[in-house]
Order: sequence, then C-alpha cells, then structure tokens
Amino acid sequence: MTQDAKLLEVRDIGRTFGGLAALSGVSLTINRGEIYALIGPNGAGKTTLFNILTGIYKPDSGNFRLEGVEMAGKKPSELAKSGISRTFQNIRLFANMSAIENVMVGRHCRTRASVLGAILGNSNTRAEEKSIAEMAKHLLDYVGLSRHAHMLARNLSYGDQRRLEIARALATEPKLLALDEPAAGMNPLETDSLKRLLETIRRDGVTLLLIEHDVKLVMGICDRLAVLNFGKKIAEGEPSQVCSDPLVIEAYLGAS
Amino acid sequence: MKKHLKLAAYAALLLLLPFATGLALGKTWVRILDFALLYVMLALGLNIVVGFAGLLDLGYVAFFAVGAYCYALLASPHFGLHLPFWMILPIGAFSAGIFGMLLGAPTLRLRGDYLAIVTLGFGEIIRIFLNNLDTPYNVTGGPQGIDLIDPIRLGPVSLNQPPGHAVYSYYFLFLLFALATAFVSTRLQHSRIGRAWAAIREDEIAAEAMGIDTRNVKLLAFAMGASFGGLSGGLFAGFEGFVSPESFTLTESIMILSMVVLGGMGHIRGVVFGALLLAILPEALRYVGPLEQSLFGKIVVDPSGLRMLLFGFSLILVMLLRPAGLWPSPTRKRELLAHGETAKHENTDIYDAGR
Repeated sequence: MTQDAKLLEVRDIGRTFGGLAALSGVSLTINRGEIYALIGPNGAGKTTLFNILTGIYKPDSGNFRLEGVEMAGKKPSELAKSGISRTFQNIRLFANMSAIENVMVGRHCRTRASVLGAILGNSNTRAEEKSIAEMAKHLLDYVGLSRHAHMLARNLSYGDQRRLEIARALATEPKLLALDEPAAGMNPLETDSLKRLLETIRRDGVTLLLIEHDVKLVMGICDRLAVLNFGKKIAEGEPSQVCSDPLVIEAYLGAS
Repeated sequence: MKKHLKLAAYAALLLLLPFATGLALGKTWVRILDFALLYVMLALGLNIVVGFAGLLDLGYVAFFAVGAYCYALLASPHFGLHLPFWMILPIGAFSAGIFGMLLGAPTLRLRGDYLAIVTLGFGEIIRIFLNNLDTPYNVTGGPQGIDLIDPIRLGPVSLNQPPGHAVYSYYFLFLLFALATAFVSTRLQHSRIGRAWAAIREDEIAAEAMGIDTRNVKLLAFAMGASFGGLSGGLFAGFEGFVSPESFTLTESIMILSMVVLGGMGHIRGVVFGALLLAILPEALRYVGPLEQSLFGKIVVDPSGLRMLLFGFSLILVMLLRPAGLWPSPTRKRELLAHGETAKHENTDIYDAGR
C-alpha cells in the first residue's frame, strides 16, 4: 500500500461565536479504516467541530485536509463530493419521500444526467437511472430496510430512520462517514444492532467519525477517540488510555 | 390494447373539442380554450418552481411578459424586425430563463414569505419597466404597448388565414406546445434533477449535505420555470397581435399560482386541471348576467361584481374542503393528511373521489 494512512488531518481549528471560543487550536488525525470517536461534555465543541468538518460552518482559523487536499471553507455539497458524508443528530430525512427515494437523492453527486438528458431520456440517462435505483435498493438491503423501501421516511420507526440516514449518506460513496450521535434515543437492542452495522461499514472500507454520548457504545466500538472540553482537545488515544486520563476524569466528574 | 384505446379516445377528444365548442358555443369559446392552453403552459412552468422545488414565486407573470415582449420587439413594425417564430420562441424562452436566474441569484438564501415578497417586487419591477421604457428612447412602447405584431407563420402559411378561423389553428399549435411542456415536466420530475428539487423542498440543509449543489439546482428550477413562461409569452404575443403592460399585472401572477395550488402542487395532471378550470370558470360565470335577466326579468346584482365574488367564494370553498388541491399527487395528499389539524379530521373519501 502506497496510500497514506492518514485520511483526515485537522490542524489548529478555531471558531468563535460572538466572543465565545467554541473551539480553539484543535488538531487531530483520523487514519484510514478506523472508527474514530469524539466525546466530551455538553458544550465542549463536538458539534461545532463536526459542522466545520462537514462544511456547515467555516473555521475562523486552522484548516483540515482530506487525503492531503485542503478542504476548509468548502461548501457542504463540495465536501460530500470530495468524500465526507454525514448524518444529523436530529434526523433530517426527506420526510415526504419514500425510503428508496431518500437513498436515490444521495446518488446525486455521483451521477451526471443533465436537463437535456432527462428530457430526452436517452440510453445513457436510462442506464444511469437504473443503476441509481439498483444501488439504492442494495443500500437499503445493506442497512436492513429493504422491506420498507416504499414507505415514506416520516412513517419509519425511529431506529429505522437512523438507519435510513446512514444508507443515504453511504449512497454518496464517502471515504469518511461522519455520524452525529447515531445512538441518541435508541434502546439497548437498537444500539446493539447499530454497533454491528457500524462495524460492517468499517469492514467494507469506510472510515467512521462518531460523536456520541453513549460512552459504553463508544468504548466498545472505536479504535481511537479524542475528548473535547471547553473547545480544547484534552486527550486523544485508545479507549483504555483515555479512560484513565486524569484530565478526562476531571472533565466528566469534576475536580476532586 | 386498452391503453391504446384510451389514448385514441383522448386524442379524438382533443382534436374535436375546438370544433364542437365552436359549433355549440361560438368562436369566443374557442378563443377561451386557446387561452386556457396558454395558462396550462404557464401553470406547468410555475409548478416547477413552486411545486417541485418548493420556492414560492409571486412574480411569475414577469417571465410571461419577457417572452411576449421578445416576440413583439422581434416581429413587428416597432423596430422593423420580422424574424420567424421558430427563431423568436427559443430567444424568448431563453431570455426569460436568464431573467429567472436574475431573480433566483439574489434570493438564494430566502424562503417562504421573504422569497414571496421579493418575487412579487420583481414582477412589479418588470411591469413598471415595460410601462416606462418609452422615454428617452422608445423600446417597449410604454403604456400603449406594441401593436401590429406578426402572426405566427408556418412556412408561407400565416395562422391568421383564413380570417376568422385563427382560433382553430392556434388551438392546435398551443395544444402541441402544452403537451410538450407537460411531457418535459413529467420527464424532469422523474429524473435525478426532479429528485434534487424535491429534496430541496423537503430539507435544504440535508440536501446540501448530501452533495446537491443547492445554489445551482435552485437556479435551474427558476430558469426552467421561467423559460416555460417565456415560451407561452411568445405564443401569446403572436396570437394576440398586441402586447401592453396591462396584461402582466400581479393579478395574473396570483391567478397562475392559484391554478397550481388549486390543482395540486407538484402533480402535473392536477396542475393542468387547475389551469383549465380557472381559465374557463371566470368566463363561464359571465353568463350570470343573462341568467339573472331570464330568471328575474332584470339585473339584480351587477354581474361583473358577482362574477368575481362567486369565483373567490369557490376558491375559498375548495381550499377549505380540499387543502391539498383538487387533484393532488398521492404523496402530497399523505403529507397534508399527516400535517394539518383540519386535514386530519377530513373524510378521506373526499380525497379519493378525484382519483
């Protein structure tokens, strides 16, 4: 393998909101093929960092590179095209479209039929449309939703909606799949099957970035993690290391 | 086989309709049919912006005006230009598309009410420009408009020949264009672009995060919708032989929007139905006056006032009883059933009656 092991390099990212430093000087590296988690108490800046990495916010300082290519300041759609795809903490599906249509939308940035092609319906366009539908079907199967393919997204159960968001994000063929609290609101059974799904996705070659409150899930699944507190990275490493870090214990339990 | 029979029946109906109408109701009504077809094109164009992409546009008639004036300026004695219609119509549609992008570009961040106000202003700006661009150099003819516009010619044959039968030939021309716009709309809706529009309508942030360049896709919706408007504007100018700013008021924009909403936003058949209904209904209500005369022996209520009153009343009634439109798409129907409190208690039979 001549490919660099580093997939995403974050350097000195800073961001303030009206005088409040939500993030300052955060640097981290995510390696290819790992599950990397970002944890921290409420208000630590996890979601801010996440939104910067997916293009919703622009960083005030610092930058980040995907496979060595500068990404800071790009629009979300450009980042998705470059290979960073995401899910949302408060599910944002296209509620009134069917499950399969939701996934098909995810194929948008990997397909190219133009207005003219759509109107004329030439063989290229039809072949592309067919491949979109097939891929969407495959992905629904992959996350275990194929029996609900034609149900409206809004009518799916909560856990299924989370899975559908993952399928939709996977449809963009991401190199890095960023999940914002994927287990929020799930019962232990759903969390367990989510864990298996994430492991399958990793096995199939997608690197995962995970923000999560469920510490048990995080510790059980991630290869490495970073802990944020008050906008700064206070620890990074393997779960066992981080768990015993006094700074982390202080951040979570308060100073003794 | 059954499908073919159905298709043949529709074709026969559409081909014979103007002659039957002409015989039964007179040529005025064939003319009304012609206009109804123009409205079908306009409503389908607006449906792309409002129904597919979910962007409220209250100034849509501006694009109709751009198309009409393009035709008027390029085929009338006003500038002494007499280009053939197959050249002008694309020019008109293209210019309207450019204007659509001009409207779209500054409003990319706006949604809902805010977008509605800006688009409303845009429509008025175009009309006021048309009204005042006669000085210092006479471009648009000002309030007098432009007269003596060339009729549409197919080769050597003018559609105004033989005199008095123009309404029939234009009917078939407009029918052709209306069917084409319906076809294009359908194809677009079921393409990757149509899905991107729907995604933006549902959740713009999620759409952007899923790799849809929302800026380009929204501009495309504005441009496509506007070019449909420009196309029908050109046809309108050739048909009427005269354009003036008076034809392009806010009322027209609202009328076209009503057609889309009443018919069923985003549902092509519903929108066509809404356009036909709202184009024909006000004309039919003109008979209220003679009806009063024959019932009471005199005019009790001023018919022109009563006409619009009945028209407004029927609109309100429809929106109360069928908030999703008269003929909504199956998805939109479910959506409204899930959303609105009133819709929740609706009798579902009412919805199914239209299918």
